[in-house]
Amino acid sequence: MAVVATETQYRVLAVDDNLLDRKLIERLLKTSSYQVTTVDSGSKALQFLGLQDDQSNSPPVSSDQHVINLVITDYCMPEMTGYDLLKRIKESSSLKDIPVVIMSSENVPSRINRCLEEGAEEFFLKPVQLSDMKRLKPHILKGKYKEQQQQEVLQNNNNTSSNNNSNKRKAMDDETSREMTRPRLTSSLTVL
Amino acid sequence: MAATALKEQLNGLVNSMFAEGLLDEQFQQLQMLQDGSNPGFVAEVVTLFCEDSERILTELTKLMDQALVDYSKVDAYVHQLKGSSSSVGAQNVKLACIQFRQFCEENNKEGCVRALNVVKHEYYRLRSKFETMLQLESRIQAYENKQQN
Repeated sequence: MAVVATETQYRVLAVDDNLLDRKLIERLLKTSSYQVTTVDSGSKALQFLGLQDDQSNSPPVSSDQHVINLVITDYCMPEMTGYDLLKRIKESSSLKDIPVVIMSSENVPSRINRCLEEGAEEFFLKPVQLSDMKRLKPHILKGKYKEQQQQEVLQNNNNTSSNNNSNKRKAMDDETSREMTRPRLTSSLTVL
Repeated sequence: MAATALKEQLNGLVNSMFAEGLLDEQFQQLQMLQDGSNPGFVAEVVTLFCEDSERILTELTKLMDQALVDYSKVDAYVHQLKGSSSSVGAQNVKLACIQFRQFCEENNKEGCVRALNVVKHEYYRLRSKFETMLQLESRIQAYENKQQN
């Protein structure tokens, strides 16, 4: 049976050491039409994200060739906390544009601020609700836009390195590519 | 119709659990996540919760039996149980865990022993109702499957 996707399928990586919470977040995300991968630790999350070479500029592709559009992680985990994971992601040149959301059962303002300062998009108080899922899409879209921008900068650099009219072409390319991306971003938003 | 009577019984049971404070709104969230494509979601989560809780209660009993109690280990387990009970909507168990953590912080052995007993009492009270709930659910499911075939 042929299935035609009318909307882009985004993939979320959910990290939580508690089995029940993993089940729950998986169901919440799937109900909200996300593809989901769950792992039970920060280190497994980094493995899955393919974090080996920090110099790599390719998009975040996991071991089985899936692009991760958002990471949602529990804060309190043994060995590597959600904060540690967040830091590793934001320090990685290949992963830093992936939006990260932190979940915690404890409402500790200093903890929340620390995470937001480190680059977390949002902080969800557990238990996470179905209504919280609606808050994810804007962060995913922002991440995609940043990723596109980065890709175009790279393409331009590759083009200009082997051309005399480099500056002129770069300026033109930037303009046309920006014109192309804006409509795309808007149409994605209207799908919301 | 037998299925209707069973459904009424199930609703009555769940409503009484809400009224008695055994369950809170989080359980309703779980019910909302159960649908045609995921008919067994609540049963799955409830079963996971019970397995996880019993594992934790066993560990807690062992830890509290020690002559010298390791309160940080005890607290870590109670934190886990508090998390699970909160996620499933097990209100009384969650509240009992919160009390327990207070005693852990104070390194109060007697308080912890009492708190563990309260947690166990609340958990087993909840478990027996969950068992009835799941039995009713599967009987209803059986009827509905029969009707479809």
